[in-house]
Amino acid sequence: MMNEIKHHLTDALLMAYSAGSLPEGFNLVVATHISMCDECRARMHEFDTVGGAVMDAEAPEGLSDGSFAATLALIAAEPKDAIVAKPAKGDLPAPLQDYVGGNLADVKWRKVGGGVRQAILKTDKSASVRLLHIPAGAQMPDHGHRGTELTLVLQGAFKDETDRFGAGDIEVASEDDHHQPVAEMGQDCICLAATDAPLRFNSWIPRIAQPFLRI
Amino acid sequence: MLTETLTPTKTTTPTAHTALLASKALKQNKTQGDCTHEVNVTPANKPDRMAWVTHLAAIRDNQDQSAFAEVFGYFAPRVKAFLMKSGASPDLAEDVTQEVMATLWRKAHMFDPAKASVSTWIFTIARNRRIDVLRKQRRPEPEDLTWGPEAEPDQEDVLALQQESAQLGEAIAALPDKQRELIVRAYYGELTHSEIADATGLPLGTIKSRIRLALDRLRHQLK
Repeated sequence: MMNEIKHHLTDALLMAYSAGSLPEGFNLVVATHISMCDECRARMHEFDTVGGAVMDAEAPEGLSDGSFAATLALIAAEPKDAIVAKPAKGDLPAPLQDYVGGNLADVKWRKVGGGVRQAILKTDKSASVRLLHIPAGAQMPDHGHRGTELTLVLQGAFKDETDRFGAGDIEVASEDDHHQPVAEMGQDCICLAATDAPLRFNSWIPRIAQPFLRI
Repeated sequence: MLTETLTPTKTTTPTAHTALLASKALKQNKTQGDCTHEVNVTPANKPDRMAWVTHLAAIRDNQDQSAFAEVFGYFAPRVKAFLMKSGASPDLAEDVTQEVMATLWRKAHMFDPAKASVSTWIFTIARNRRIDVLRKQRRPEPEDLTWGPEAEPDQEDVLALQQESAQLGEAIAALPDKQRELIVRAYYGELTHSEIADATGLPLGTIKSRIRLALDRLRHQLK
């Protein structure tokens, strides 16, 4: 999947990921993008280095007297990490594989109309994250956002008013963006999308269906 | 340093010697409140990052408890301070700090000095524990590129990255108070990603350019 990635994570998302303040669903999209993108992996290391510098600059906080001995006791109880075998290489990036519980073929899709299918992944409630399967050439419902929406392309490509997004590309859409993505012809488009607020559809039918579809 | 002649149970039992070393280091931190360190002090009175890298290798290869005591003496009080600033009570911060330092021992074989300084690596362990304990959240991590770190990373790369990390720390320290505070608050978890995005004057370009070169080198190796 190492094609040219043109759309990357923003500094704010990477910094929040490094700081550990993103919702779980966003963490999943960020970790999946980084798994596909060397550029953002290097930028993540930069932000982790900033975190290390922040911690390093702290005025030391006194520890209790038995602290070191207690730590050695923890180590004595479990001296070395068990070496965990890497999961067999599947067709999904590792962090996503954990949430799907396997490969693309294991995803439990549900129809949402217009040939589009989705699978909601289980995370905490601070954001919702789902896989979307859009038939080649099909249109996604026109929608706006109340929060931030991240859309990462895993396969195929989509186009909207702003640009083309191919495998590995991530679109970061904010409150003001209204867009109507269309999957490119030739291959079905599979995306990982997360939002920290419910989407707002601009036609009444999806709006009625919204509570039922949990999107 | 413990030798092979000791029985397995003894290799993990605290010795008077190491406990003494640690308490010495702790006292030093308490009384001086500065980053002075007993050994490997550079003229600038800052611990030498390469010395920490050597300590980590001694922990990994020889289960060296005196090296661990020194790492503990310097970093544990900073981890605790960082956790308290991030919202943990003193008791919880103390417990989590012990877990973080125990994780450092257990995962010493995963530390890659061509990718991170020891303080960066400890920060990531502390951050992950914080998400786990304070936010009770899972944190998906990116896919590993390789099977752990290379056995012998190139010394030049290690040195370059360690120096760049040190310079980044200096660059952050030299920022105007307002800007530095924003960064620090972001890492305490006080700012959402939208607040970070909206924060004007966050000098990300300045602080990051310091480490760009070393990481660019790393990235090209990965390709």
